[in-house]
Amino acid sequence: MTAAILLHQKFSADSQHATFSSPSGAAETGVVELPPPVRRHTPLVERYGQDIADFFRKVIPIVFGIALFVAVWAIVSQGSALPGPVKTWHSAVGVFSDPFYRKGPNDQGIGWNVLNSLGRVGIGFGLAALIGIPLGFMIGRFRFLSGMAAPIVSLLRPVSPLAWLPIGLLVFKAANPAAIWVIFISSIWPMIVNTAAGVREVPQDYLNVAKVLNLSEWKVFTKILFPAVLPFMLTGIRLAIGVAWLVIVAAEMLTGGVGIGFWVWDEWNNLNVEHIIIAIFTVGIVGLLLEQTLMLLARRFEYR
Amino acid sequence: MDKFVSVENAKMVFKTKSGSFVALKDISLSIAQGEFVALIGHSGCGKSTLLNLVAGLLRPSDGVLICGGREIAGPGPDRGVVFQNHSLLPWLTCAENVHLAVERVFGGIETKSQLKARTMNALELVQLGHAAHQRPNEISGGMKQRVGIARALSMEPSVLLLDEPFGALDALTRAHLQDELLKIVAKTRSTVLMVTHDVDEAVLLSDRIVMMTNGPAATIGDIVDVSLSRPRERLALVNDTRYHHIRGRVLEFLYQKQLRPAA
Repeated sequence: MTAAILLHQKFSADSQHATFSSPSGAAETGVVELPPPVRRHTPLVERYGQDIADFFRKVIPIVFGIALFVAVWAIVSQGSALPGPVKTWHSAVGVFSDPFYRKGPNDQGIGWNVLNSLGRVGIGFGLAALIGIPLGFMIGRFRFLSGMAAPIVSLLRPVSPLAWLPIGLLVFKAANPAAIWVIFISSIWPMIVNTAAGVREVPQDYLNVAKVLNLSEWKVFTKILFPAVLPFMLTGIRLAIGVAWLVIVAAEMLTGGVGIGFWVWDEWNNLNVEHIIIAIFTVGIVGLLLEQTLMLLARRFEYR
Repeated sequence: MDKFVSVENAKMVFKTKSGSFVALKDISLSIAQGEFVALIGHSGCGKSTLLNLVAGLLRPSDGVLICGGREIAGPGPDRGVVFQNHSLLPWLTCAENVHLAVERVFGGIETKSQLKARTMNALELVQLGHAAHQRPNEISGGMKQRVGIARALSMEPSVLLLDEPFGALDALTRAHLQDELLKIVAKTRSTVLMVTHDVDEAVLLSDRIVMMTNGPAATIGDIVDVSLSRPRERLALVNDTRYHHIRGRVLEFLYQKQLRPAA
């Protein structure tokens, strides 16, 4: 199953490349219908042959990698309690055939579990962005604030996110806000640090332009600072969402409620190991999708 | 007004880790309205520092700088600066880059369509109307530098400050832009202060060449009047004895009196 999904993803990534180059392809078909006096492009067959070769050059290693992984998994699972790929696949077909069922608070489909986890990550991460990014801007812009923040940030950043959970439970007196709190506190650091670094790295040339043109503070922010910092900010956001998605599983294992992390723990209590493996792959794939989406977004804001 | 820009006994001291560094001292210079002055000297002689003082990006450690009867207290739109590395904002199109300057200077007094017209006029002046909606990374180095010039000119500055504007360009593009600058300056009657290390460029473009001594504590070594009539033609000057005489004087200053020890 995973192999299929991973492959599918790769395929879709490649098809994106294909759509990117499609205008030239379309032009080419036009060329065939109306033969021009000078033929500047290589003939169609040769060109597509090249494309197909490139495609396979990319895809074959991926297929081999996944095949090897599945093979090792199958061998290791032989004669141990670990379910093999086939057994897991059959279980996965069952799980994904009805992802949105509800049979009580502790027995819901995997779709609900993933959505609930994503919801917590969304809220915690959103709050972190709301506070972390402006804070990062101020720390980057004002040396005094930077001096103030530096010791606190470097002291708190290395702390394991789960160490914050008891504080959250104490303050909010409920499991769900505590989990969101853990996401918030673990994803705020990359955003603060990267945004501040971005502000510090704004080329002096651009700031000289701002000075020479005598731009207002607002114009400096919207026309120079913000666009210049955006790529750094997006890196911070990408790192933050990675951490948030990493942490949510662990946090939910401890807090309970509907969520992929709780599901893993629940299935461990049910001794349904296939479901744990399915959860692991699901977490991986969702994380990959989040990362890829942000990468695409980041590429849109690359200049030079 | 005879002294449109005047620098009086300017001194510039930088604080460095190893103590203070005197970059410029005893600089006195005045530029008349409509005059084109070139600043020439070996690299590191502080010619860019002097330009930045006039631009207001630096404040002098001592002495006074005056532009249009007012002391220079900081950067202002009355002095348009063209930087060596164009310094266009990569996320804005050429038109938007110019518009940023236009909006700042005329935004309060003119309508949106007038501002747009100014932007396009400035781009047309440097013959880049067709590239208005392209981003800086989509055009050549010479074109970028022209947009930089358009941006500076669009503010209708009383002084145009050029910091080695063509230094990063290849020789052919440079010659082409020099010719264009000659035309633009003739058309706009701008007062120009230009930093350069290119002797031919200085002689071709300017009315006076200010030659700087080597740093540290650089100062003005000599000033040459370029008494060539305008409009000037690059090719016609090749056979002009006065051109060669002036060029010779500058070269003599740079390579005999101020020869740098081999670096």
